[in-house]
Amino acid sequence: MSTPPVLDVEHLRVAFAGRTVLEDVSFRVQRGEFTGLIGSNGVGKTTLLRAVLGLQRIESGTILVDGAPLSQHHRSLGYVPQKIALDPDVPIRARDFVALGLDAHRYGFARRTKEQHELVERALADVDAERFANTRVGSLSGGEQQRILIAHALISQPSLLLLDEPLANLDPRSVQEVVSLLHRVASDHQVAVLLSAHEMNALLPVMDRIVYLTNGRAASGTTDEVVRSDVLSALYGHHVDVLTLHGRVFVVAEPGEGDQDIPEHPTLTVN
Amino acid sequence: MSWIVEPGFFSNGPVHVALIVGAVSAVVSAVVGVVVVVRGQAFAGHALTDVATTGGSASFYYGVAPVIGFLAAGVLGAGAMDLIGVQRLRGRDLATGIVLSVATGLAALFLYLDATRSATTGATQQILFGSIFTLDSSTIPLVAAMSAVTLGVIAVIYRPLLMSSLSAELAAARGIALRAVGLAFMLALAIAVGLSSIAIGSILSTALLIGPAATALRVTRRLRGAFVVAVALGVGATWLGVLLAYNSYYWFPSSQGLPVSFFIVALVFLAYLVSGSSTLRRLLRPRREVTV
Repeated sequence: MSTPPVLDVEHLRVAFAGRTVLEDVSFRVQRGEFTGLIGSNGVGKTTLLRAVLGLQRIESGTILVDGAPLSQHHRSLGYVPQKIALDPDVPIRARDFVALGLDAHRYGFARRTKEQHELVERALADVDAERFANTRVGSLSGGEQQRILIAHALISQPSLLLLDEPLANLDPRSVQEVVSLLHRVASDHQVAVLLSAHEMNALLPVMDRIVYLTNGRAASGTTDEVVRSDVLSALYGHHVDVLTLHGRVFVVAEPGEGDQDIPEHPTLTVN
Repeated sequence: MSWIVEPGFFSNGPVHVALIVGAVSAVVSAVVGVVVVVRGQAFAGHALTDVATTGGSASFYYGVAPVIGFLAAGVLGAGAMDLIGVQRLRGRDLATGIVLSVATGLAALFLYLDATRSATTGATQQILFGSIFTLDSSTIPLVAAMSAVTLGVIAVIYRPLLMSSLSAELAAARGIALRAVGLAFMLALAIAVGLSSIAIGSILSTALLIGPAATALRVTRRLRGAFVVAVALGVGATWLGVLLAYNSYYWFPSSQGLPVSFFIVALVFLAYLVSGSSTLRRLLRPRREVTV
């Protein structure tokens, strides 16, 4: 019997405030795969991730995680939100924040075991965070906090790690560092990754599959299968070209063509 | 010795009750207060003190023990805040403000009725600013039981509560029932406010709730340490306040003592000021570790 995909989204429809945000979205993420959820700002990437997490009501469709229907208490998911405001005046060490990834959902009295403390140490080492493990988490830099959030998400040994725009607002060097860190820890832990981003080029070297989202609809497959003129033209509802220049991909639309449907997008040049 | 502790302090029955009730309510306020400050719910905490004023003033009017009024009004107020939306970040101040204004209006009504129709003298003073030396020893079992319930609730929900305080989004993604955890905490907060209202009055109970916690969070490196320091500060300020108030009867020829609540609030504030000293903070909280 074959292993079910770690994430199976079928015909998903999400709407709120009378507006359809996602329409008939279907894709799968296989075990251990690195999948990029690509689309410009406002196309529904965060909504899709929240639906997978059970935080967004869906109108129709199914979401299966490890072959089982989604529930809000699914422990198979690790999550790194786009932004988190941690108060530097709260005395929570980075180490303590990572440890909460193990047992934050547990009620009642329980002391952490020696094995759990070792898991915390390993998670900190995995993301190269030992040197600031005893610092208040709220006083860390954005990049350091991101490493701690990744360790927090990974420590419960999920089968799927969801990351919402972890590359936003990073300089190119930091983007490379975060992408290679994620690729390394995902391979080491055999965890599948679904990472949302509005720019795909930094992910091209590590991405096994892509879910390209626009106008509330999605196309999924390998990069070669999806980032093609015919596929994206069908998705956008008008003609777009896909150009490759020095290993970088650019999605280009004709001037004035379907402007109302074309959101601002680094890979979608309207000129 | 008598210039430190005036005669009769250790053998005085009302003093014993004051020390016990004061310490118990200070412990609960400090523990709950640390979570209040971490969650950024100081305004909700203060609003519940005004709600407690309503309960206290109503209990005087109807001839019920003030502790019942403080606790009942606090729990009702916390429930109302939850219904209106105190759990939502955007609705938090709105829910708190609405409950606060209604409670203050009702408190004004009952305080007026207490002053004009009730035979009880000094009700307003006792409700707003406390009168810990007038407490009966029969209050102790109720105070102890409510404190045990409150600390028990905090202990049981501690980890989900902490996670939701640090990041509601991450907590929700982990399947933590934010609404239930938040409501349980609001009820614990209401009881803590009710208990500290007995000690130092409803208006000043914010001082025991927020002061020791804010001071402790300033000077400690770990949350566990903040709970210990907050409890020590709260109990220390309460006991020292009781002692100074007792001694103050002997300070003036008229034998006019000063109120306990004044001393407790002054000591809490003094501790907060001292904790702001950069020297103290450097000593207690080592700088960030840097590996080169």
